[in-house]
Amino acid sequence: MSADAPSRFAVLLDSDFVYSFRKSRVTLIATLVTVSIIMAALLAPWIAPHDPFDVATLSLLDSELPPAWAEGGDPHFLLGTDNQGRDVLSAILYGSRISLAVGFVSVFFALVAGVAVGLISGYFGGLVDAIFMRIADVMLSFPTILVALLVSGIVRGALPREMHENAALAVLVFAIAITTWVQYARTVRGSTMVERGQEYVLAARLVGRSSASIIFRHILPNVMGPVLVIATINLAMAILIEATLSFLGVGMPPTNPSLGTLIRVGNEYLFSGIWWVVIFPSLTLVVLVLAVNLMGDWLRDALNPKLR
Amino acid sequence: MTATSEPLVSMQGLKKHFDVSPPWLNRMLERKPRLHLRAVDGLDLEIPRGTTFSLVGESGCGKSTVARLVVGLYAPTAGSIRFEGTDLTDRPAGDPPAIRRRMQMIFQDPYASLNPRWRVRDIIAEPLKCFGMLPDRASEDREVGRLLELVGMNSQDGEKYPHEFSGGQRQRISIARAISSKPDFLVCDEPTSALDVSVQAQILNLMKELQRELGLTYLFISHDLAVVHFMSDFIGVMYLGRIVETGPARQVFANPQHPYTRLLLDTIPDITMARRDREPVAGEVPNPIDPPPGCAFHPRCPFSDARCRSELPELRNAPSGARTACHAVAEGRLADGPVRAVPSTPAQMPT
Repeated sequence: MSADAPSRFAVLLDSDFVYSFRKSRVTLIATLVTVSIIMAALLAPWIAPHDPFDVATLSLLDSELPPAWAEGGDPHFLLGTDNQGRDVLSAILYGSRISLAVGFVSVFFALVAGVAVGLISGYFGGLVDAIFMRIADVMLSFPTILVALLVSGIVRGALPREMHENAALAVLVFAIAITTWVQYARTVRGSTMVERGQEYVLAARLVGRSSASIIFRHILPNVMGPVLVIATINLAMAILIEATLSFLGVGMPPTNPSLGTLIRVGNEYLFSGIWWVVIFPSLTLVVLVLAVNLMGDWLRDALNPKLR
Repeated sequence: MTATSEPLVSMQGLKKHFDVSPPWLNRMLERKPRLHLRAVDGLDLEIPRGTTFSLVGESGCGKSTVARLVVGLYAPTAGSIRFEGTDLTDRPAGDPPAIRRRMQMIFQDPYASLNPRWRVRDIIAEPLKCFGMLPDRASEDREVGRLLELVGMNSQDGEKYPHEFSGGQRQRISIARAISSKPDFLVCDEPTSALDVSVQAQILNLMKELQRELGLTYLFISHDLAVVHFMSDFIGVMYLGRIVETGPARQVFANPQHPYTRLLLDTIPDITMARRDREPVAGEVPNPIDPPPGCAFHPRCPFSDARCRSELPELRNAPSGARTACHAVAEGRLADGPVRAVPSTPAQMPT
């Protein structure tokens, strides 16, 4: 190695990882789309043309306006307005904040918990495995929505009324995570049981590696492939479950609608010809889910040295 | 090769029984008994320093279990394992590091023994890291490069992943990893059985070379008698978890005593004796969960009598210089010539 070693950043730019990223145009576009949706959601208070939740600025005279380019459209409301005169574009920007937050946070917790349980269960087996897997079986037999209703009921009973709205987001995340971690745990447990008996794990035991070190350094990288696929699918699922729960009244309050709430509310106006209220939030959701899935596919392949 | 007085590795009365009982609930409800599989059932073995000791036997006779017991991957049910006089019986793999560093293992399947997500460099450096043998990464790089060249590969290969190599090259990497911690003793669990014949020869030659250069002691596990003949100084023939014949390789091959050894040797293809009548090995190894009483080989042995069916033979010095566990050999009632195995096992059938 030469004296002037390249900086860490230069090494990163030169790596196989970044190369495979730049080579794949689909991944580049998918990342661009995801990042711009996330940025738009984060910056909503600054870039949204209106504040859809500020009742003082709403006017019923502006209600049910079509998109700006259609006949009768108002250039102030680019994607039209809903029945209360709220700007659809602004509502989407604010709504995707909630959807993204629920999606990412619940997937994160479910993934961490599920992978940890799966690794421990699969590696140690025996009584630990039996206990974890019976819990998983029980969790698997409850539908997500039922669990969410239960959790929500308990939280509502325990917390004073004025805190309900603040707790809504946490309740949603908890309800979704607690029913989806089982999928990760089951998948990871199966793969771990296979990897545990492989000779490379025996070789690691021979040099005195601890169980924790073997699990993290040897087994985890070999079981993450399916987990990433489940995670990208579950991100979409979580956003949809959130929409369903909001519909049932245990999700976000109607004054603070998510993408799912917007779609559900807009759906009611579809047959009266007011298509823009439901189509634009739906398109946003479809594009976001597709982009995340494509990124997940790339990540899974990029992390597998056999496919380089 | 001369053996010093103290063996490098010794095992006494080693046993490993696996619990293969049905789950607790089934035992309670269906009144099923506990079941124990006697993989290794009383094994005495000494490996002199600087030599190759081979364990041979059919599949399921407990060879690989012995290999894993020695390095501590399994805990023995009974008996003791000593390395240079230090008792390692109840120590798990990798403990104590100062001694486990000196005993490493080469595995059977070169496709499963290297982590597919790791670079070859990191795979070979793992023992160095875990035993804390080198101060920094630069010296580690140098050592990995040296090891790769020692096993006949390019020092640049460290940057690649295992899937970029063939089976033979992978086995070389596996050997490089095994010798990286500068061991004295290598356990080789069928290291060539997954390889082509031409590649087998290369790997075996490499292992012999390394033995000469590094003064290694091998415990070599194989079912391939041609390979064993090429590699071994001493041989132990295993049958159903016990050694039935052991001794210097030359004597065991030239003058096999135990009927089972004769039967095994008779299966080696031999160019010079192509026209001799070949007797196929008949019968199968009995179930180690419920081994036959007396000598475990008696259902297949043409020389068995009432004593063989009831009394377990001990290892005794045979006239050939080997040690044999056989009543027929001890009583001198064994005919010369190839052993004709009893084709079926009617002795086991209830009448």
